[in-house]
Amino acid sequence: MTRPRQRLFALLLTLLPAAAHAGEVYAAVAANFAVAAGQIGAEFQRQTGHVVHLSPGSSGKLYAQIVNGAPYEVFLAADAERAQSLERDQLAVSGSRFTYARGRLVLWSTRLKKVDADVLRAARFNHLAVANPKIAPYGAASLEVLNQLDVSPAVRARLVYGEDIGQTFQLAASGAADLAFVALSQLRSAAGETAGVYWLVPSSLYPPIEQQAVLLRRGEHNAAARAFLDYLRMPAARAILARFGYLATNDGS
Amino acid sequence: MEWPALWLTLRLAGITAILLLLLGTPIAWWLARTRFRFKSVVEAMVALPLVLPPTVLGFYLLLLLAPDGAIGRLWQYLGGGPLVFSFSGLVIGSLVYSLPFAVQPLQAAFATLSHGCMEAAATLRAAPLDRFLSIAVPLARPGFLTAAVLGFAHTLGEFGVVLMIGGNIPGRTRVISIAVYDQVETLQYRQAHLLSAAVLMLSFVLLFAVYTLNRRHRHGA
Repeated sequence: MTRPRQRLFALLLTLLPAAAHAGEVYAAVAANFAVAAGQIGAEFQRQTGHVVHLSPGSSGKLYAQIVNGAPYEVFLAADAERAQSLERDQLAVSGSRFTYARGRLVLWSTRLKKVDADVLRAARFNHLAVANPKIAPYGAASLEVLNQLDVSPAVRARLVYGEDIGQTFQLAASGAADLAFVALSQLRSAAGETAGVYWLVPSSLYPPIEQQAVLLRRGEHNAAARAFLDYLRMPAARAILARFGYLATNDGS
Repeated sequence: MEWPALWLTLRLAGITAILLLLLGTPIAWWLARTRFRFKSVVEAMVALPLVLPPTVLGFYLLLLLAPDGAIGRLWQYLGGGPLVFSFSGLVIGSLVYSLPFAVQPLQAAFATLSHGCMEAAATLRAAPLDRFLSIAVPLARPGFLTAAVLGFAHTLGEFGVVLMIGGNIPGRTRVISIAVYDQVETLQYRQAHLLSAAVLMLSFVLLFAVYTLNRRHRHGA
């Protein structure tokens, strides 16, 4: 071996341990949590070197993908039911499930001057966007709010459905829909400032949004995946959660 | 079975196909005969929906059709309701989305018309519209048929644009492709199978009819 080659070899050797340690985590994440998970993932990477790859979508859609063998290792759902049924069907590692956040629902508008329950009752709008309730837990919670407020059929006729809470947010952000039920976390998204007015829906109007995380079968032997789930319960991650408006959980830490 | 979605989709495709013929014929006629220097610009614009991702089209349409958007505002000024999340909005989206599928076969058909026939008719003092209706249209019949069926069939297969501007409202904007997507996402595979098989058969029959009729026409001519 010539000298430069030796040097290169030595250099590569020093790189090896780092490469072996830096793991990767493939995480399916509920759309409402996508931006927060991105920040937590970045912090996690800074501290551990592990890289987290996020695939956002509605919990129902991600659930269907996982049932059909999608190669995710971690699932951060927007509800408890789907995480539970994955655990029951042994698609998730039993005992790994926990509530990582409790979500809050808001009614938001970039077009109206004021938003509250009366706007809904009086039907003073053209379109109200909600996430598809069949696959998005925030959508299901939104319909529950409408039930509790006992809104008229005229209001229900003005509902339009976003594919997940992300698209629902965008329908109101673009002004295409006057109003939308979105997650508080979306209004507190990375950009910080979001235009418009919102009404924080009283938690008495909908069942708690217990967002559960679970380690999937594919991630069972991935130390980085386990580390990421553990990290979600740590103070650094919980601080980020609080900043995004999620309520603390008894389950974590 | 999602009958409302199926009916809605057929209605959307039918209306779009008819409007496409009305809109596409003058564009195709002009493109086939013009010596305009920047003809290629127009041709490229017509062909754009072939290559643009439906999300790009859907994104622009959403902004244009929104209450504050250019088209949405104009529509409401003219007395229409909100365009986005409405059937009319879907028709506009489908027109844009399927335009090349109507214009291109028509343009090809018009381009092959012999100038001799048209000029002979002109010397016999047939008015331009008369020449067009009694000579060009019958001769270009296969082009019209292809344009109508492709416009219809392509609208039948529309997904991304509708997903972005439709709002998934049952009976109003929830077309077959969205219904199938929903069923698959909620793991209702039996319903998804039924609907998908229906669409598959319908699409095949449509295309089969076009190819058969066009072949017969060619052999008969």
